[in-house]
Formats: sequence, C-alpha cells, structure tokens
Amino acid sequence: MTSARNRELLALVPVAVLLTAGFAGVFSQENEQLGNLSLVYGAYFLAICLATHVYLRIRLPDADPYLFPLVATLTAFGLVMIYRIDETLARDQANWFVLGLILFALTIHFLRDYEVLERYRYTIAVAGLLLLLAPRLPGIGQQVNGAYLGVKLGPVAFQPAEFTKIAIIVFLASYLREHREVLIVGARRVLGVTLPPLKHFGPLLVVWGASMFMLVFIRDLGSSLMFFAAFLALLYVATGRFSFVVIGMAMFMLGAWFFASTVPHVHDRVEIWLHPYNDPQDSGYQILNSIFAQADGGLFGVGFGQALITIPGTNDALLPAAQTDTIYSLIVNEVGLFGACGVVLVYLLIAARGFKIALLASDGFSKLLAVGLTSVFAIQAFVIIGGVTRVIPLTGVTLPLISYGGSSIVANFVLLALLLLISDRARREAIEPAGRTAALGAAA
Amino acid sequence: MNRQIVKLFGFIVVLFGVLIGFTSYWSVFDAEALKEKDANKRPLLEQQQIPRGRILASDGTLIAKSVPKGRGASRRYVRRYPEGSLFGHPIGYSFVKYGDSEFEEYHNSELVGEGSEFSSILDELLGERQEGNDIVTSIDSEAQRLALAELEEAGFGAVVAIEPSTGAVEVMASNAPYDPNRVPYEYSKLSTNEIETPLLNRATQGLYPPGSTFKVVTAAAGLDSGAITPETAIDAPGTLEVEGTPLQNDFNQDFFGATLDTALTNSVNTWFGQLGQRLGNDTLFEYMERFGFNAKPAIDLPEDQVEPSGVYEEGRLLRADDPVDLARLAIGQERLLATPLQMAQVAAAVANRGKLMKPQIWKGVIDPDGRTVDTMNPSVYSEPIGEETAEELTAAMEDVVTEGTGTNAAIPGVSVAGKTGTAETPGNKACGGGVEENQAWFIGFAPADDPRIAIAVSIECTPEFGGDVAAPIFRDVAEAILNGE
Repeated sequence: MTSARNRELLALVPVAVLLTAGFAGVFSQENEQLGNLSLVYGAYFLAICLATHVYLRIRLPDADPYLFPLVATLTAFGLVMIYRIDETLARDQANWFVLGLILFALTIHFLRDYEVLERYRYTIAVAGLLLLLAPRLPGIGQQVNGAYLGVKLGPVAFQPAEFTKIAIIVFLASYLREHREVLIVGARRVLGVTLPPLKHFGPLLVVWGASMFMLVFIRDLGSSLMFFAAFLALLYVATGRFSFVVIGMAMFMLGAWFFASTVPHVHDRVEIWLHPYNDPQDSGYQILNSIFAQADGGLFGVGFGQALITIPGTNDALLPAAQTDTIYSLIVNEVGLFGACGVVLVYLLIAARGFKIALLASDGFSKLLAVGLTSVFAIQAFVIIGGVTRVIPLTGVTLPLISYGGSSIVANFVLLALLLLISDRARREAIEPAGRTAALGAAA
Repeated sequence: MNRQIVKLFGFIVVLFGVLIGFTSYWSVFDAEALKEKDANKRPLLEQQQIPRGRILASDGTLIAKSVPKGRGASRRYVRRYPEGSLFGHPIGYSFVKYGDSEFEEYHNSELVGEGSEFSSILDELLGERQEGNDIVTSIDSEAQRLALAELEEAGFGAVVAIEPSTGAVEVMASNAPYDPNRVPYEYSKLSTNEIETPLLNRATQGLYPPGSTFKVVTAAAGLDSGAITPETAIDAPGTLEVEGTPLQNDFNQDFFGATLDTALTNSVNTWFGQLGQRLGNDTLFEYMERFGFNAKPAIDLPEDQVEPSGVYEEGRLLRADDPVDLARLAIGQERLLATPLQMAQVAAAVANRGKLMKPQIWKGVIDPDGRTVDTMNPSVYSEPIGEETAEELTAAMEDVVTEGTGTNAAIPGVSVAGKTGTAETPGNKACGGGVEENQAWFIGFAPADDPRIAIAVSIECTPEFGGDVAAPIFRDVAEAILNGE
C-alpha cells in the first residue's frame, strides 16, 4: 500500500523539474541572465508538493498515486504561463494554489466519510443554485463581458459557478444512485423511443431547467453547457440508456436554440462563433486573435516568453484574456502543437485516472460521484479549449488548474480531494477483504 | 455501470481528439492562410521587432532605415525616411498600423530577411534574431531631386527615367509628393485628399491620354509591320473627316506627300490617323501589347499599385476585337490612357534597338554582414520592333528635337531623340474645372546614337504644350543623369 505513495513521490520529481525548467526558460527570456530565482521557485513548489504528499501518505495511503502528480503538472505549467504573462498574477495564483491545498487537506480531513454528503444532498443542491444566482444580486454581483459570472464580497471576489459544479455533481450522484433502478425499470417505449417515467424524472427536468435558467439569467453559455453535459454523462452511466442522453441533448439544443434567438448575449456568442470575420476589430477580435496566436505557434511554438500578448509599445491586448479564457491559445503559440497535445494528454490522463477510480469503487454513490467529478472536470477543459479553437462558441469558463483564477484553482483542488477520498476507499476495499493476491489481479 | 463508464471515457477521448484536430488545423494546416488574413496584425507586429533593412539610392543616399524604440520585450523598430518626400514614390512606407506600400511592400521579404524555411528554423534553434537585408536601388538621387523640384513648379504629374539597356529605373518622381514619415500622423488626411492624391504614384497609377507621344507606337507598328517605309508618302490634308467628326492638324495645315519624318517632326494628326486606319485593329493592338500596353507593367511594385495602359471603356480594357476609332487611337486619343511608366517604356524600347527590358527599381540585396546576396539581372520583356525599325524611328525622333515640336528638349553637344504630346483634357475635375487644360507630355532618350537614358515626362492640368512644359524637364533630368557619371 505504501508502493502507491512511492510511485506518487517519484512522479512528483519530473513535475518539479518541469516547473524549474519552465521558470528558467521564462527568466532567461526576460532577464537575459539566468538567476537562481527559478530554482528557488521550483524548490518552493516541490516543498509544497512534498508536504501534500506526506499528508496523503498519512491520511489516504491507498489513494490513486498518479492523480496528484498529474494535477500538480497542470498547476505548475499554469504557474509558469501566468508568470510569463504577469509576475504579480503568478504570485496571486501561487497563493491560491496554497489555499487550494489547504482546502484540499480540510476536505480530506472532514469528509473522510463522504457519504455524509448524501444526507445533505438537497441542501447542497439548493446552496449551489443560490450561489449561482448571487452574481445577479445587486451590490455583490459582477458582470463580465455581458455574463453574470462573479461575486464580490468586500475584498474577496469569486466565481460561484466553480463551486456550484461540485455541489450539483454531489446532488446528481446521490439522486441518481437512489433512483437509477426506477428510471431504468419504469421506462416506457413510446413510438420506439425509450422515455423515462415522468414521476422520477421531475428532479432531472429541474436540472435542465437550471441549465436553461443559467443561459437566460446568468447568460453563461459555457457553464450551462458544462453542467448539462456532466448531467447527461451521469444519467448515461446511471441508467445505461443512451436514448436518455439523446433526449436530453435534444432538449438542450432546443432550449439553447430558442434562447440563442431571443437572448442577445447568447445570440452574439453564437454569431461570433459562426462569423468571426464580420467584425474582426470588435466582437470577433478575441476568437480571431486566439486562432491567429495558434497559427503563429505552429508545430513547435515560438518558445516561452516569445509570443506577443499585447501590441508592442501599447497596453492594447493582442490576445485578449490571455491569462484566463485564451491561455490555451497562448500555450499553442509558445510551445506549439506538440506542447498543446501534451497538455490535452494530461487532461485525458486525469480523466482516465478518474474513471479508473469510478470503475474500482464498489458502491453506487462513489461510482457516480467519481464519474460526475471526472466528467465535469474533463468537460470544462473541453468547453474552453473547444471555445478558443472554434469547435464551439467561445465562453468564459476557465481552463482547469492552468487559467488564472482563485475560485477555479480552489474548487478543482476540492474536486481532486473528493476523487482521492473515493479512490482511497475503493482501493483499500479491493485489497483487504479479498487479500493481497486478489487485489493485485484486480488492479492489473 | 462499468460498461458505461468505459464508453463514456471513450467519448471523452473522441472529444479531446477533436480538440487536437482543431488545434492542428489552426496551428499547422491553416496557419499560412491565417497569416495572410487582413485581420491578423501578428505578422506585421512581429516584423516590427525585426530591424528592417535599409533602402539606398544608387549613390548610397539613405532612403529608408529602421530605428529602435523601447526596450526589452517591447523593443520595436520604426521606419524613418531621412529624405522626407523625395522618395515617397516609388519607395512607399512601412508602418504597422497602415501596412506597407509600393517598393517597401514588394520587397518586404528581403527587407525583413526572410530566408528559406530551413535557415529560419536553424536561426530559431540557434536563438539568432532575424535581421533584414539592405536593398540598393538604381534611383539617381540627384536626378530624382531635380525631377521632383521641376514637377512641383510645373504642376501635378510624373517623371520616369529608365536605363534602356537594363530597365533600371533611375528616376520615378510623382507630384504631388508626400512625406512617408508623416503617414502615421496624417494618414487619413493624405488618403482622402482627392485633389492632390499624394499617395497615388502618378508614374505607375496615373492614367492619362498620351496624345501625340503615342504616334511613336503607331509609327513603330507601321514600319515594323511593313505597312510603310521611311519613304512612304501619305497625303495629309489639314482636316480629315473620320467617323463623322473632322480630325484636324495644328493650324489646319496641309501636308501633302509627307513621309514619316515630316509627319513625326510636325506631329501631323491626319497623317497618323490614316496610318492607323491602314494598320487595322489587330496590327495596332498587337504592337501596343508588345510595348507593354494592356498588361500590368513588370516592375517591382505591388500589382495593386500599378495600372495597365490601354483603351478604357468604363474601367474595362478594350481588346483588338472591340470597335475603336482607329484614326484617333493612332494619335493617342480615343479612350486611350497610359501611365508615364508605360510611355517611358516605349521610349526605352526604341532606344534599346527594339528590345524592351523589364523595368526594375532594385539593383542589389546586401545581407547584414555586408555580402551582396542578390543582384538584378536585366531581362527582356519583349522585342516589340526590329533593330532597323528602331534606327529609322530614332532618326525621325531626332528631327523632332532638332527642328520640330521638341526643340526645348535639345541638350548642347548631345543628340536627343523624342516626341512631344499635348492631349486636351477639358473639364478634368482634378484640374479644378478649368477649360484650357492640357495633359502635356514628352518622351525621349539621349544620347540618340548610344542611348544612356529614356525618360517620360507628363504634366496634368496645364495650359501649356508638351514641347513647352514637359520637354525642358526632360532636358534637365537627362542632363543631370548624363553629367552625373
């Protein structure tokens, strides 16, 4: 069982090397001489990772060994990219990384028996939705690019959608764990289409309603898409009915189409996506420059610190929101298609480990929770990368663990903590009752 | 549920595959096309970080250089033109916000030092900064200065001087001029000034009725096609009825039994009108095209900043099978419009014994280490007429200067061949609505026996004749070039 932690420890070494090399790269670009500050940053990061590792060794000795190093890789990479954009932003981000790890530790400490979440599922769901509404409240709400995404309480500003995503997943996992049987058994075939029973489908319609609500009132197409896709993923895993997914998708499309033609903000986003060249200097500026930045990158990129973010000699953005929305484009610009493939691969590996945890988990709630958390994480990455590469309309969600943003970092570390909690129990249960030999077979 | 989880993961893999697909498309497969987009300011901004090469006149006068501004990552280079408006045409300008124009645009890749794909990858790996090459032009800065100064006295117009044997452009002056250094500050003023149109290079974009200078083309076609010889006599009455409208000679003078020499020397309209009718559409158009009409000139300037010369109808170039008034086309009227560059090429072709060279402004490319990496190799554009025709025509053109309409072009001690032209352009809006407005021309070359320079001078909106206002400019510019060696 300690072998899992040893593997984790080993996996952290390349992360620290990567971070140090990254900082060294940026430093050498900006200062033309390599100070040892990059080594200091690398050392700090490694020390924090080691502390986390030791904590995991004590609290969750059997948890998945690769998840934390993978997450640390993305965080380290994100820190380097943000440092390259703006030193002060990187300092903030580093602080939030530490705060994230504190919440990570607290989550592991207090939610060792995470079934307790099931008991409060409605409270959690309502709290999550209320959080989502907060940005529209006068006084504390903030409007960003036409969408209501932020809340500002005194000096603290955060994006509630990042936390709501965890709350919603917890609720859905619990709800579907309880009702999956009836959703399957009670289903009827109408005109060759398998429809779920109406009575049990009520709360799920609420989820659809909430997604539509987000579109209209929060005007957040990205989060709406992300929540609903995660919901469909969970529904599919829980019921095994692909037809439910199809119906759900049709409903979302219908709703999105309706609102796209009635709500100006949503309509604009879709228009810009379809016809960015109509207004290249204004509305189409961000997506076009996102793509131009990628074109500039090519196969290998122009190198750390080499890409243009602002128009030289001015403060005008050439790549708007480079530290948040379009950070992926900056990555393609600086480390090229190969570097970007590496980043996407790390997301995919995290998804793979998450689903592996779900496969190993023995009870329904753990399984669904792991699936939900993994899905929402992966889909968030897809929504923003898809946005800046014009696969889908560009929206304002963060690139998990890489984008600048405290809420995003902290929420994703809580998400990681929950996954590790599920993993620790699943692997221990797989080992203990059946003995070590059986466990080795199962793990392989 | 495990089966579904595996399928779900498969779906996520597909989604991420789509992301990689799109990223590859933008960053690699579509990258070149994206770099060409007008909305994409990146290539220009990146070029701004490269010290763009200098542009020099043939005597070493600095025409354009780049000076650094800012430090570190925001360090960029800004273009400076030390001689101000002297070389505004044909050199153009290069500024991030307003793009490149003219010579700066055409020679952009050499000026920013774009090498082969391989060498630029190598530079990137070695961390070497891209540096631009210098370009030496064939422009004679003193002759250019003189031409522009005299133009500014005479009126809007242009002077083009070409070395007949190589096509090297030694003067290309356009009035009204502009100072490229001012482009970032007064672009909208410069680009919306419809009277002066300072950004228009009148030498390559100014389309004017060539008037009698076109008789050189008609004469060349007549001699070379065998329709006439220098001895062929044509009766040219003072007035000739053509297509219902009388065609007249100056002072309604009759020239009975006139040969080419007399006709050219006195610029006899009815003589050339009849020659044009004898030649027919096909022959006249064929010779026009051999001299470069009906096509964009093969000069090293951007395609959208040079205009083809020819017979225009509502912006369209007419061809041999379109109906035209041949008699009037033969004397440079009809709807014929020509650029000063085109008429300079006509003179240069005759001067170069019938061979028309491609006009080129650049002479050599010098890399940052001082090595000449490329030089202009003169190349033949066409051979519009035979050597014999060229000699016969030169003799007639010499008489124009010694005893005809072009005596003001004469240079003491040097034989000069040329032809005057004065096209009436009443009601030309650009002239401000005057009635007695002419387009005055002179084309020619010197020395006539061993031509060193061929020049076209064209003046808009002048009450004077080509022989009075354009010929003296020809003389002074030609003298400056001949004496400058």
